[in-house]
Amino acid sequence: MGLSNLRYAKSHEWVSVTDGVATVGISRFAVDQLTDVTYLELPKVGKTVAIGDEVGVIESVKSTSSFYSPVAGEVIAVNDAAVQDTGLLNEDPYEKGWLMKVKLAAGAGIDHLLDQSQYDAQIASEA
Amino acid sequence: MPELRRTPLHAWHVARKARMVPFGGWDMPVQYTSILEEHKAVRTAAGLFDISHMGRLTVEGTDATRFVDRMFTNDPAGMKSGQVRYGFVLNAAGCTLDDILVTKWSPEAFEIVVNAGNRGKIVAWIDQHKTDCDVVITDRTFDLGMLAVQGPQAIALAEGLIAGVAVGGLKYYHASPAECLGAEAVVSRTGYTGEDGFEIIAPNAAIVSLADVLLQRGVVPCGLGCRDTLRLEAAMPLYGHELTEATNPIHAGLGWAVKPEKGNFLGREAILAALADPTPRPVRVGLTLTGKRAAREGANVLVNGTVIGTVTSGSYTPWLDRSIAMAYIQPHHTAIGTELTVDVRGTAIPATVTALPFYKRAK
Repeated sequence: MGLSNLRYAKSHEWVSVTDGVATVGISRFAVDQLTDVTYLELPKVGKTVAIGDEVGVIESVKSTSSFYSPVAGEVIAVNDAAVQDTGLLNEDPYEKGWLMKVKLAAGAGIDHLLDQSQYDAQIASEA
Repeated sequence: MPELRRTPLHAWHVARKARMVPFGGWDMPVQYTSILEEHKAVRTAAGLFDISHMGRLTVEGTDATRFVDRMFTNDPAGMKSGQVRYGFVLNAAGCTLDDILVTKWSPEAFEIVVNAGNRGKIVAWIDQHKTDCDVVITDRTFDLGMLAVQGPQAIALAEGLIAGVAVGGLKYYHASPAECLGAEAVVSRTGYTGEDGFEIIAPNAAIVSLADVLLQRGVVPCGLGCRDTLRLEAAMPLYGHELTEATNPIHAGLGWAVKPEKGNFLGREAILAALADPTPRPVRVGLTLTGKRAAREGANVLVNGTVIGTVTSGSYTPWLDRSIAMAYIQPHHTAIGTELTVDVRGTAIPATVTALPFYKRAK
């Protein structure tokens, strides 16, 4: 997946949209900040989510964080493999470590999200 | 915020891609690759920790024993030369200003290791309380570094690097002067991981060289992240969590390191009062939670919906592969096997009171 096509929420979720379906995960920067992920709670398939909704929990050795939906729509898939093997998030946050797929609501988009250069600027200020 | 202090190994950590975090006023590595992997390396082989951030003080003079006796809950007069003991510096209320390690070299020379975040407080305490004692206290924190090498292979992998003493021949909680790569050093059979191993204090340059050689020999660099999960499995208290200025070591279950019978020390009257007071107080226990979710510091512990205590440290731990915690709870719920719940961010998670330590190495 070309990282330059991703969009980001300020809360470190990444989004990639294909044919009206947004794949969502968390960024490498966020994963590195968390340390080893040990527990993952994801939304139920079929759940309707709005931008900024808390839809899950990501726990690492050092911290517990909320997972927020960066888009609006209906959850059509979650990554059960990552729930079973949370190490996938640390190994490969952009491919095998994806978290959920959301069918975007009518009229919903991703224009509110940061592009790569905006996100890079944000993490440079946080690092 | 004042600038973070750097240990002699700071550049060494950065060159090895450690993630650095502030800890006790120092910029310290929390992990190099993975807390889980670093934790397992210490349990199965050997890990290397930079603990140069800890405060190192020497106490020398004709009144050294009298001074340490005043400051320390354990009994320095009863210690042999080369012996190391754990204990506390208390305030007048009997609560904990710091938990410290004291090494005795002679009745006139001691060495003290204090927590990084408490060094300033302890130095101020010393200035205030040394009064009539003929002692010279020297803060060696900045001209000496300190490494911990921990794990079942720690002693073997350091073979030949430390001269003047056989590290493997040192008894647990004993120390000796030594020579580290040609420099004057002190080595002790101590640690904060629940494994065998040693800690070494040496000049900054020697500490960096020793770290390089140990790395070449396969010792795994470990950050503070696994230091925390290792000590949690071993049920060792961490200042700021299990011990605070509001915690009496008797209630922390650490009365074995408090010797009121030895005579006077600061906080003794409050300790005697605590020992005589029949009022039930929260005591420190271990909890094992169902599932992998961690109970963090501050999480409430409940019985039938009533809060009976608070978690002080909790984490998923890699070696035991489960979620464990230490908590202070009301004493009539502390029997091993008692079923409780812990409020983890609004979810009631079943937990069982578990004997401490959670992990004990095979002898």
